[in-house]
Amino acid sequence: MAGATLQRRLTWLQARLSRRLDETPRVKTLVLDVPGWPGHIAGQHVDVRLTAADGYQAQRSYSIASPPDDHDQLSLTVERIENGEVSSYLTDVLAEGEQLELRGPIGGYFVWSTESGGPLFLIAGGSGVCPLMAMIRQRAARGSRVPTRLLYSARSLEEIIYKKELDLLAERADGLEVFYTLTRDHPSGWRGGSRRIDGAMLAEVGFGAEQHPLCMVCGPTPLVEAVASTLVELGHAPDRVKTERFGPTGG
Amino acid sequence: MPPPAFQGRPRDQTAGNRLPPGQYLTRDFPVLSAGPTPRTPLTAWTFSITGEVAEPKQWTWDEFRKLPSETITRDIHCVTKWSKFDTVWEGVSVDTLLKGIKTTAGFLTAFSDGGYTTNLPLADVTDGKAWVAFAFGGSPLAPEHGGPARLLVPHLYFWKSAKWVRGLRFMARDEPGFWEMYGYHMYGDPWREQRYSGD
Repeated sequence: MAGATLQRRLTWLQARLSRRLDETPRVKTLVLDVPGWPGHIAGQHVDVRLTAADGYQAQRSYSIASPPDDHDQLSLTVERIENGEVSSYLTDVLAEGEQLELRGPIGGYFVWSTESGGPLFLIAGGSGVCPLMAMIRQRAARGSRVPTRLLYSARSLEEIIYKKELDLLAERADGLEVFYTLTRDHPSGWRGGSRRIDGAMLAEVGFGAEQHPLCMVCGPTPLVEAVASTLVELGHAPDRVKTERFGPTGG
Repeated sequence: MPPPAFQGRPRDQTAGNRLPPGQYLTRDFPVLSAGPTPRTPLTAWTFSITGEVAEPKQWTWDEFRKLPSETITRDIHCVTKWSKFDTVWEGVSVDTLLKGIKTTAGFLTAFSDGGYTTNLPLADVTDGKAWVAFAFGGSPLAPEHGGPARLLVPHLYFWKSAKWVRGLRFMARDEPGFWEMYGYHMYGDPWREQRYSGD
């Protein structure tokens, strides 16, 4: 079983917000300086801890969107969740230069590095693209040519996170292909998909089961459940289908 | 540095001392798993007691469902920070399954369809502390929540309550299971916030 075994103690580190980038109307990326960051593998996450003046603390997990090679700097992409006590603070309140606490990296199963090889089939729903983006960025940064396809489902064009960067990376024609499907609204002349991900779309966009691709699925539970089950029905070995949930759980 | 602007939700006194440190209360029942949901037909399902025991045991689904079961109402706590209060389960007590089992082993590994495992001290699944649950909220346990049956060990973080459980393997030593190999805590007590190795 490929992955990162990690048995050392995870201590809380001070992180300073260096920049906050607008990704979509509801999604922002926090670029954090984290002195002492021990490094990570694409796909891992961190726990963020916020402390109020009265000592009350709240913790949430966020996937790391940046590749492993940015020393002492981490990007977390955060979706503002309605009534989310942590997410709305991170997207709207925390000012550049201010600090928060985090610890990690956490999770060693839903990971990919260039040495893991491919083909690599990434399937994202909404902000589930974040940990997959770390993999795509690492692939690009290392000059990897591992055949990689991203199938990315979003509600509308404006809700696609990282679209400019993904389109630029796909233009390099180095083995990365990006497919979008929009489930709610799509502009006239839209050439991507215009429905939820289904078996036909997975068969058309993905690699055949005979190529034994590593399939990484991240998104809200209904998407992950449906996609993972359909991939198995299409003949992919269950142990080549890795899943991660991403979405509001009260956050 | 200015004082922290983070205020957080209004402090919920009703959660009071029922919410372990670092947890928040949810009404949803989030689903977390590492791979596709396994689907084993009930005709092929068995539950086994194996490993360091004098005599292994096995039940078919029909045999398992004829064992005495009970309704269990407990708070559950997931390492991903959510807690859910007063969840209602129906299941067979692990005490019932271990009746007559002779062993000197002090630990066990719960094993599941799909290859998932998790480790537990024997003392944490006996004396009314653990069940093999087949119903949630009055309905058969849904596959994404671990159906047809999952382990229920509500006093530990919920990854210890193995979904799709197919048996318990008695172990002489405490061996890490799936998430424990990836740095999660060997024991996982939410009240001591034992999320990760070293906590």
